[in-house]
Amino acid sequence: MDKIIDLELWQVGSAFVFIIILMFIVKVKGISREKEILISSVRMTFQLMFTGYLLTYLFKSKNPFYTLLVLVIMETFAVKNIFKRVKTPLSSKLRKIIAFSMICGTTASLAYFILVVVNLSPWYEPRYVVPIGGMIIGNSMTGISLGVTKLVDGFFSKKHLVETSLMLGATPKSASKEIVDGAFDSAILPTINSMVGMGIVFLPGMMTGQILSGTSPLTAIQYQIAIMLGITGSVSLTVILFVQEGYKTFFNEEQQLELEES
Amino acid sequence: MYRLENVKYRDILYIENLEILPKKITCILGESGGGKTTLIKLLNKMISPTSGDIFYKKKSLRKIDSVELRREVVMLSQSPGIFPGSVRDNLLIGLKFSEKNPADDSELVEIMKKVHLYKSLDDVAENLSGGEKQRVALGRVMLMDPKILLLDEPSSALDEKTEKNIIKEVTDYVKTKNKTLIVVTHSKEIARDHADEIIEMAQGRIIDKKVVERNG
Repeated sequence: MDKIIDLELWQVGSAFVFIIILMFIVKVKGISREKEILISSVRMTFQLMFTGYLLTYLFKSKNPFYTLLVLVIMETFAVKNIFKRVKTPLSSKLRKIIAFSMICGTTASLAYFILVVVNLSPWYEPRYVVPIGGMIIGNSMTGISLGVTKLVDGFFSKKHLVETSLMLGATPKSASKEIVDGAFDSAILPTINSMVGMGIVFLPGMMTGQILSGTSPLTAIQYQIAIMLGITGSVSLTVILFVQEGYKTFFNEEQQLELEES
Repeated sequence: MYRLENVKYRDILYIENLEILPKKITCILGESGGGKTTLIKLLNKMISPTSGDIFYKKKSLRKIDSVELRREVVMLSQSPGIFPGSVRDNLLIGLKFSEKNPADDSELVEIMKKVHLYKSLDDVAENLSGGEKQRVALGRVMLMDPKILLLDEPSSALDEKTEKNIIKEVTDYVKTKNKTLIVVTHSKEIARDHADEIIEMAQGRIIDKKVVERNG
């Protein structure tokens, strides 16, 4: 397998032509998005440069504490990002459940993946743990964001039916079943759909990266299959933990529906 | 059956003292916003009083499990909650929620006759008119055979004639089966014709309570 072609600085710079073209198009069309395009491409560049240097340092140091620290930082950002992404009001109890589900779901899935699937030694090897952790945490974050939105919206839009169910002697669990199932379904659907198109409609990023860096496509797909299953497992685990505990925050100890709190 | 002592709910309702008798028909009358719905919601713990105490069979509601209470004291709200699915699904859902045995089609047809609903069990419930939905919801409550029925304006979406017929069916059912009925209504006529006791409310307080004397 050939070694990957190193990109010179001017070559990376030449890729910015795409941004210049885009800026030109939006200018001509009168769509006022130039500022956002410029800011986001500059941010992306600096963020990735920073990450590149950080990862180089991290991979060299091989310190378990650093690996764990990176995972904690990723997890924190992911949880904060969920709070920011969800536009509906979130009670403090629900926020705690989101954080709990994210931490438990992704940690359990990542631990299984690293220790059993990859059988990594030493377990903290950052070259594996950091990118795999990033994929697992990132995808779980997207899943749970969808789940949270659907769950909260469900309780507000179906408030009357939940109350009717309670009046008819339903437990909070059976009164919320439809909402909980809907939230779980919409949270895992994108992950399931992405598996369907994988390898035909698009080549996933991790696999593309491995192939570009000289790994055999067969090894790359083995990793890709494993990581896709790991992601699916983590998204499902995180979301199921969230919905199973999350619906309870909409009821008080007298099993009455409480939606005002935010 | 129920005793309320110094019950306050936010700024909406204040009842110093009230007793509701078992196996009787109690009508709650009053203007909109007078606290009638709040009162019956308190009786099956859909809400809890801010202060004061409510006793059910001499036991404080605070000590009674809400779900168990709601299976014994079933409430029908003014705007009927209709679930996706057929008329059959909607009639059966109360039994499902309260973990009781499901009824067969002949029982469902019987209940539909009682509430004057002449539809197929397979009709889509969400396509019914407002009045028909209200009757499905009423039939659902009757099918659950609870000890106490709390009905909030059960005939508000019905025409006068259907209203009369249905109220009569419900009160006959309650009397035959020795049940307690607490019904919120805007109609003084219904109260006069069927109630054993009438409670009149305004601005969250009871302004009048009287026993209706019936001959025979």
